[in-house]
Amino acid sequence: MQIPYTTEARPDTGLYNAKLGIWLFLASEVMLFAGLFSSYILLRTGAVEWPHHVLPVGMATANTALLITSSMTMVMAWEALKTNNWSRHRACLGLTVALGVIFLLIKFVEYQEHIAAGELPSRNTFFALYYTLTAVHALHIVGGLVVMLYLLGPGAKLWAEQPVQFTNRVESTGLYWHFVDFVWILLFPLLYLL
Amino acid sequence: MPSGRQPFFRTYVFSLDHKVIGIQYAITGLLFLLFGFSLMMIMRYQLAYPMTPVPFIGGMLSQANASGGILLPEFYNQLGAMHGTVMVFLGVVPLAIGGFGNYLIPLQIGAADMAFPKLNLMSYWVYAVGGLIMIATFFVPGGAAQSGWTSYPPLSVIASGGQTWWLVGMVFLITSSTLGSINFIVTIVQLRAPGLTWMRLPFFVWAQFAAAFLLLLAFPPLEAAGVLQLMDRVAGTSFFLPSGLVVAGQAVTSMSGTAEGTLASGGGNPLLWQHLFWFLAHPEVYVLILPAMGIVGEIIANNTRRPLWGYRGMVYSVGFLAFMSMVVWAHHMYITGMGTTLAAFFQTTTMIISVPSIVILTSLLMTLWGASIRFTTPMLFALAFLPMFGIGGLTGLPLGLAPSDIHLHDTYYVIGHFHYVVAPGTIFALFAGIYYWFPKATGRRMNDLLGRIHFWGSLVCMNVIFMPMFIQGLGGMNRRLYDGGMQFQHNADLLKWNVVIGIAAWTMGLFQVPFIINFFTSIRWGAPASANPWDATTLEWATTSPPPHHNFDTPPSVYRAAYEYSVPGAERDFSPQFEPERG
Repeated sequence: MQIPYTTEARPDTGLYNAKLGIWLFLASEVMLFAGLFSSYILLRTGAVEWPHHVLPVGMATANTALLITSSMTMVMAWEALKTNNWSRHRACLGLTVALGVIFLLIKFVEYQEHIAAGELPSRNTFFALYYTLTAVHALHIVGGLVVMLYLLGPGAKLWAEQPVQFTNRVESTGLYWHFVDFVWILLFPLLYLL
Repeated sequence: MPSGRQPFFRTYVFSLDHKVIGIQYAITGLLFLLFGFSLMMIMRYQLAYPMTPVPFIGGMLSQANASGGILLPEFYNQLGAMHGTVMVFLGVVPLAIGGFGNYLIPLQIGAADMAFPKLNLMSYWVYAVGGLIMIATFFVPGGAAQSGWTSYPPLSVIASGGQTWWLVGMVFLITSSTLGSINFIVTIVQLRAPGLTWMRLPFFVWAQFAAAFLLLLAFPPLEAAGVLQLMDRVAGTSFFLPSGLVVAGQAVTSMSGTAEGTLASGGGNPLLWQHLFWFLAHPEVYVLILPAMGIVGEIIANNTRRPLWGYRGMVYSVGFLAFMSMVVWAHHMYITGMGTTLAAFFQTTTMIISVPSIVILTSLLMTLWGASIRFTTPMLFALAFLPMFGIGGLTGLPLGLAPSDIHLHDTYYVIGHFHYVVAPGTIFALFAGIYYWFPKATGRRMNDLLGRIHFWGSLVCMNVIFMPMFIQGLGGMNRRLYDGGMQFQHNADLLKWNVVIGIAAWTMGLFQVPFIINFFTSIRWGAPASANPWDATTLEWATTSPPPHHNFDTPPSVYRAAYEYSVPGAERDFSPQFEPERG
């Protein structure tokens, strides 16, 4: 049994199924982070005092650069498939994974420093928000990395049989990755700069 | 091409077939409905005869829950919280969306399956695990969640045991419904049969489409809130705990900021939870009611042998309803001191949202006007839905306006109101749907006599249960009180109704027995049904009963609108969507 429009676009909607699916998923993700960001705004505006500049801006700036670069390499990995350049695709996707892993490592060091200084989530509402928001975001990074590792590993076999479907999968993963990147671009000023 | 024999597990347990998954959802949902109803039957004994041992099952409850068979207040609270949770999240929504939606959407749009069969399988099993976690909380130390299905902080944050698992269970349920709603929307947008334009879609599909958007967009903020409450409970944060909170003479929070252990830091806002919760939970009400409206629409068109009156208006109303349901949530919060400006906004939107509901209800009534109605069992349930939902809807208006709501808030009036919408409203529609599509799913009809006993018994009992609650609520009787509120003088004349309500509730339990017998015996011994036993027009009746794994042997094309009944000049009184025009 074949489900139609898994690879080719439906003429009247101009979409293949997974592309519509990933956009809908991202819409629900927007609402998830909207809930978290609204909580941030409400708690901050209601707070008597709010800590400023207690987080390491340097590490966060490095992380921002890493994620933006990884979004770029992600697009290049997809573009390489479109131009049939398999080895360049592998290199770019591998680079994206590497950048994501470095992001997580830096995040880990950052957490460790705060924990060592006794700045746990229960310290105050600012740290509660800091840990919760960045941890939910980091979980999204982990999720993206798992999918990319699958596409680099066992999932890569699909390229030989169904090149269009494989390209679509990389495209959908990329859309998700850009969204996770975008969330970080909002988190960075909210937590580290403002 | 035949799909071939599959091993048992692939066919019945981990099937990718939307019809099997739909039936799994439906049966699990029905079991949870029965379970949630049983919890309430126990509670109703305590309310009718306070401080007396519950007969039969009182002895089976542990001493920690019911000493000497008499319910303890903590256990009463657990039963109440879990009744709401089970009924809404594990019973009605999985049956209405997961069951009916999964089974019928691909059939009604002429598709072979859902767009993502594996995702479909996953959403069922994630739901099942979430449900098991919820039920298992009865056995953790401290018992199940006891802070109401709304889980309002600060009580929910400092409550014992089960609340943490309640939150974990909710994360599973939210994940499941997110996956499911993505699947529904993609299926409806992408897999419609040739010729099935948007305005030819059955009304049921439209209703499911709108409900899927609500699940997709309204549930994630509750997931966010759930994560925050989980942090409050396990990591000692204070998202929802204000500074200087004192409970039972003990300070819960300290302002010092050097919190250790579970001591909270303070600075949180309990109202934040209420906003995030109701941002989901009001659209959730429409997730409960929209599929019911869809089912009733199908059955009324079929049994009046007429097209739905004002189909286009109904479709636009469904869309408008879904949109508006996202901007009315704070009408649950008038007594929080929100201020008149904000209250004015939410009162206005609440009055506006009643308009599309009335358009839909009026259209359904207009369809009945002057028709020669076939009073089949599904039609009886569908007809009863109209006045029952009408009562539920109209009694909601005083709750949507702050001046009257401040008196009625948290009384039994509210309980009566939303139960009229969901119990004799949505659940009657779901029963109607079961009787109507049972022949399609099994190839056999359900017994009519047992169906009628089930219907009349349930209809009478439902009204005897919920009508007195309006009297109690208008008299000022509060909900969530362990003994019904005996110590309050204004309840003196109202408490006697609890005996009436209790007896009606247990009688209604008895009237579900014919349904259960009917359901299981008809699978095997019911009268055989043809492909189109009700002479209906939509696509699910184009294939055999039950349909094969791939649904249609020849993929159908659509030639006309969904409800072409009694077309002048036609040979028969129904012209199916899948039959080409003559000549």
